[in-house]
Amino acid sequence: MKLITQKALIVITLCWSGVAAALPQIEHWQTANGARVYFVAAHELPMVDVQVVFDAGSARDTVPGVASLTARLLMEGAGDLDANAIAERFDALGARVSSNAGRDNASVSLRSLTDPALLQPALETLAQVLRAPAFPAAAFERERSRVLMALRAQEQNPGALADRAFYRALYGTHPYAQPPLGTMESVKALTRDDVAGHYHRHFVARNAIVVIVGDLPRNAAQAVAETLAGQLPAGNAPAPLPEVEGVNADTVHVAHPSSQTHILVGQPVLHRGDADYFALYVGNHILGGSGLVSRISDEVREKRGLAYSAYSYFLPMRKAGPFQLGAQTKNESAAEALAIMRATLQRYRDAGPTAEELVAAKKNITGGFPLNIDSNSDIAGYLAMIAFYRLPLDYLDRFIEQVNAVTAEQIRDAFRRRVDPERLVTVTVGNGK
Amino acid sequence: MKSLAGILLAGLLLAGCAATPGTPRPVTRQGPVHETTLANGLKVIVKEDHRAPVVVSQVWYKVGGSYEYDGLTGISHVLEHMMFKGTPNHPPGQFSRIIAEHGGRENAFTAQDYTAYFQQLEKSRLPIAFELEADRMRHLSLDPGEAAKELQVVMEERRLRTDDNPQALTWEQFSATAWQVSPYRHPIIGWMNDIEHLNADDLRRWYQTWYAPNNATLVVVGDVEPQEVFALAERHYGPLQPSTISPAKPRIEPPQRGERRIVVKAPAELPYLIMGYKVPSLKTADEDWKPYALEVLGGVLDGSRSARLERELVRGSQIAASVSTGYSLTARLGDLFTVGGTPAQGHDAAALEHALKAQIERFKTQPVSADELARIKAQVTASKVYELDSVFYQAMQIGVMETVGLDWRLLDEYPQRIAAVTPEQIMAVAREFLIEDNLTVAVLDPQPLDGAAPRSLGGGGMLRH
Repeated sequence: MKLITQKALIVITLCWSGVAAALPQIEHWQTANGARVYFVAAHELPMVDVQVVFDAGSARDTVPGVASLTARLLMEGAGDLDANAIAERFDALGARVSSNAGRDNASVSLRSLTDPALLQPALETLAQVLRAPAFPAAAFERERSRVLMALRAQEQNPGALADRAFYRALYGTHPYAQPPLGTMESVKALTRDDVAGHYHRHFVARNAIVVIVGDLPRNAAQAVAETLAGQLPAGNAPAPLPEVEGVNADTVHVAHPSSQTHILVGQPVLHRGDADYFALYVGNHILGGSGLVSRISDEVREKRGLAYSAYSYFLPMRKAGPFQLGAQTKNESAAEALAIMRATLQRYRDAGPTAEELVAAKKNITGGFPLNIDSNSDIAGYLAMIAFYRLPLDYLDRFIEQVNAVTAEQIRDAFRRRVDPERLVTVTVGNGK
Repeated sequence: MKSLAGILLAGLLLAGCAATPGTPRPVTRQGPVHETTLANGLKVIVKEDHRAPVVVSQVWYKVGGSYEYDGLTGISHVLEHMMFKGTPNHPPGQFSRIIAEHGGRENAFTAQDYTAYFQQLEKSRLPIAFELEADRMRHLSLDPGEAAKELQVVMEERRLRTDDNPQALTWEQFSATAWQVSPYRHPIIGWMNDIEHLNADDLRRWYQTWYAPNNATLVVVGDVEPQEVFALAERHYGPLQPSTISPAKPRIEPPQRGERRIVVKAPAELPYLIMGYKVPSLKTADEDWKPYALEVLGGVLDGSRSARLERELVRGSQIAASVSTGYSLTARLGDLFTVGGTPAQGHDAAALEHALKAQIERFKTQPVSADELARIKAQVTASKVYELDSVFYQAMQIGVMETVGLDWRLLDEYPQRIAAVTPEQIMAVAREFLIEDNLTVAVLDPQPLDGAAPRSLGGGGMLRH
């Protein structure tokens, strides 16, 4: 895996089925204070998408919920601007801003027209938010209260309860076990200092990636990165996350007065950059990742009418992310649905895909690839992923070739090695008793 | 500039199709959008977008929840599911497999005023989408065994989206109260009892009544040449026979004669409030500036983080944990201007209602500021560019307009119409429509979640297949 540390220009045009799907040309450099910048020029529309991504997700929480609350509070005041002033500035420029935190990372996004009269003030306001957020005490109390409301709202949402229980059961004491929103107890205990501490530790240049996709020349993109990240302290990236330990075949049931039972089955498996990624990705596409034509959906929904949504996926993360099978069915059918999901997985793991299934999956994935990169926002999302997980910059260029190289035997072998049927966690929510 | 492929295709068309009408159809054009209508009544609209080698093809039928009546609610949505269950040429599930093998993504959705089916593909694969879509437009099998299974799937969907979701239940009850006569009072997914009693014969009759080329619009957006697309459409859809479409009986909501209030009790943790006022849409307004004034009023309240509800009720007085508004310019049969949300900790639904009514009243006495209008205008102007980043969204906009009976050209006028709205006009629509006699209020009264008996019951918006 190449690690690009200097300016590099990668231009590859791929010809496929006689149609030139022009792959994004990724330019890459660093700011003087150490932020990595990734830029794709797209001149057809006079707009730009910018994302600033930090290794500052809930996996870095000192107290569960702090990363998420920090993300919420960034726009609540910066320097001499209060929340209303910040909001009015962006809105008057037609700019769209958002701030989010998941488990692996936190990000701030900006969409703006490239007219300098609009873009420049938007960037300056965002830069002020990034380098000098005020985290006003009143805003902290208010947003903390809203997070507590959101946590209470989860109690009436069986899907949210299932998700929460699933991660807890999979990850034990690993940081991934904690819900990004936090818990009632942890959020009540949070202080403004926790938020400020999280910000100061992680919102630093050496921990930052700037992604830019849009109608800008190279030197303007450099100015964008400099404006947003140039005044951040250099700081340091945090230490690597701990490895994920093996999991036990726990069964967790959460009673809920819903008419359906939500079922989740899985275990931690896959990290970004894993050597088994393509075998498992293509393999899962057949098992449960291709909608109605997938095996799980066919068995649970199409053949038996047991669920509206039945699926499986691998979620690659910084450390081993979950493999998950899921479905929701009326309480009376929960046992049957669960048995079918397990049996379908077992059969797939034993025999692997058929030759026909593999051909069809490759055609779907590779034939649909132009759809993955047909918009600025799609490209920005890919760029952020490639940059954050330090994937090779030719990831998109090589994607089709790597999918096509996967064999049925590789899929069978990868599922056998990486999916352990003796260590699958099962979570059910519903059947209120 | 005609491509070589286009010339060849046209040549094939003339050679191979004896039934093809000899005279070319008239084509109208505005900018990148080209429109024609086939002899059988299918309107075809093509918008060029050459940024990426992709295309989206959408078939929009003029049928949805608002065409249904008591005892048959949910049938349009079930029919949407059945459209994936095969024709004589293609057994159940094969449609999806064929599109998948062509690298396509597909789905469908049902709303009150339309049902639409789409495929997103690399641009050279458009013909397969047309072939399959034309086949199922007129030749759906509607096998009773498949229908019985799919009804089970739809019941699970209803449980997932509505029965186990207390806010969705509140919306469902709210709509059924606000609208007494209008078919908008029915949920798109249908009442559970109606779903349970649907059968293949009902579906066949519904399909034969509404699914015809002259009751549909084909919208194609992407890296295509319009003339080629028209020729391709003629080849695949042209042979289909039209139907006589008898319009549904109009079910005009009588004027509301006073406030309506309901309480919805369901297992929940948090209270929830919905308020809705009867208002006109573009299709029903006596003067067309009024819907745009309502649109701007909605933007002043809830367009963004600097809008009044966020600023004053979430950040300022902290009466709302979350709050938002809803209004659709393009609703076929008029609309409700809705405001709703969750009260903040330490406040109840009554306090939130009181605060929201104060916000509404303000529009009747104080002109909206120039700054607020300028911010909305800036956002609308920018959105016009941002929309172009999605081929799918561009097609959706055209499809919605055409299917409810509006001209897609209005889409281009939208920024000017918004910019033309004055503070006086906003005050006028607030005084005319946002009044107590037009108001319906629904409050979710949370019931205990733990220890309660399991729910066994014999979106607003739209349902995806």
